[in-house]
Amino acid sequence: MRAKTTAYGILLVLCVPFVFPTWWMVTSSLKPNADIFGRSLWPSHVSFAAWHDVFTMQPFARQYLNSAYIAVVVTLGTLVVASMAGYAFARIRFRGQNALFLVVLSGLLIPSEVTIVPLFRIFNSLGLIDTHWPLILVPIFGAPSVLATFIMRQFFITLPVELEEAARMDGLTRAAIFRRIALPLARPALGAVAIFTFLTSWNLYLEPIVYLSSKSMFTLPQALTQFTDPYQGQLWNVQLSAASMTAIPVLIVFVIAQRQFIEGLAHTGLKG
Amino acid sequence: MTRAIKRQDRLTAYAFIAPQLAGTVAFVLIPLVLVAWYSLHEWNVLANTFTFSGVDNYRQLAEDPTVPRVLRATLLFSAGLVIVNLSLALLLAVLLNQKLRGTTVFRVLFFSPVVVSLVAWTIVWRFMLQDNGGINSFLDAVGLDGPNWLRSGGTAMAAVIVVQVLKNVGLNMVLFLAALQGVPPELYEAARTDGANAWTVFRRITLPLISPTILLTSIITVVGSLQVFAQIAVLTEGGPGTSTTVLVYYLYQQAFQFHAFGYGATLSVLLFLIVLALTVVQWQLRKRWVFHES
Repeated sequence: MRAKTTAYGILLVLCVPFVFPTWWMVTSSLKPNADIFGRSLWPSHVSFAAWHDVFTMQPFARQYLNSAYIAVVVTLGTLVVASMAGYAFARIRFRGQNALFLVVLSGLLIPSEVTIVPLFRIFNSLGLIDTHWPLILVPIFGAPSVLATFIMRQFFITLPVELEEAARMDGLTRAAIFRRIALPLARPALGAVAIFTFLTSWNLYLEPIVYLSSKSMFTLPQALTQFTDPYQGQLWNVQLSAASMTAIPVLIVFVIAQRQFIEGLAHTGLKG
Repeated sequence: MTRAIKRQDRLTAYAFIAPQLAGTVAFVLIPLVLVAWYSLHEWNVLANTFTFSGVDNYRQLAEDPTVPRVLRATLLFSAGLVIVNLSLALLLAVLLNQKLRGTTVFRVLFFSPVVVSLVAWTIVWRFMLQDNGGINSFLDAVGLDGPNWLRSGGTAMAAVIVVQVLKNVGLNMVLFLAALQGVPPELYEAARTDGANAWTVFRRITLPLISPTILLTSIITVVGSLQVFAQIAVLTEGGPGTSTTVLVYYLYQQAFQFHAFGYGATLSVLLFLIVLALTVVQWQLRKRWVFHES
């Protein structure tokens, strides 16, 4: 009994640094600017002025849309590319299979930070700077999707061969077997890949600040840091309002589907 | 299977891997070769100059007085992150493994920062770590005088590490929890019958049995720590001085703020070699140290 109480006590104390920042972010964003550094855990009177300022200081709705559509396109693209490649590497015998798999795996070994300088030059010479193309093309086809391909391959390897052999008897082609049999069975793996791909894209910071320069093209992480007064002073309540709007929708989805999120993310090895 | 079907299968396979293969070549392998090539050039985007300079950039790398400081900050950050992250993850996992009611709720709470937008999380911490921010005003309330966390070298590094650990420790916690639940309960019972105390059981039974997971998480965490950028850029901008300027941040400064792309490419080569060396070392460790492979 006593040990149990101690365990609960420790857990509750340890929770504070994990939960308090999110609480503080939302409540401080609702405080008038004069009280922003106050100690009260709840605003003395709730003010949505800063939430409104977020939209007048920057094209925030547009930036929100940018982040959302890029993350959705990247997620869908990655699912297609990675499930096809993962399936082929797992299930079909073809010449050069191992060598080609090693070529693809090199993407796991080379952090995208290493290649940012040449990629910038390539996209610059293609005239694609200050467009969203680098933020869409590189994650779908480049290093970030290799991890997804690897995960899909590991999953398809575990599928029983008998299912596919039966379909083969019925005269289905390989592509049809993939689409009608393997893919529907791969839903858990696809879900995990979708969650981590979406979050990775949603969080991307280095690439947007390297490639994008006009405010209407910005993504959310990049926009969040831009709420300053003309003297570069931080407008804390506006920043925290924008940060809350960025964080809350994902948190809500997380609370609803916490099991899928936790298992999916932990076992796909999102970078620590 | 008939020859025709085999042939058709093969063609399907090549079509299926083509996008990923082409992408890897175009966005990973060719850029990797280019980065090595650029590192042999003096290249200024603003002045629009690109001239072969041999090993000049590498000489600059060896003589740059900032580089040792950057490497020290990188080492300090990575080591601190791995130690704090793995210890805390293990502690949380052990606590959650006590079969208490409500562990699901705690698991969700500890995990929640993982899904909070990285920059949003960093911004709220920057806000709380201001000299007059939330943390110091709570310290003040209990009669303590907190430092200006982000403005002095030691506390700035500690802050960057702790903020990053809190963000992602939930991932390692879940992996450890799964590993702990995989330890056969008979082993614990046998040890207790032999009169071993809780600490001995943990050290002699639990730790060796979860060592594959410890190695796996340390690999993921070390490699991830070398890629940390947004946290540094938002919290400290590498400061004060260069005390939190890790390699990726220095690379970004040189290439994209000072427009020294050739030197930035040289720093990228250095980053690549460090990641490569770490991977090789960890594969060797895996062979020797790990108790069993799961």
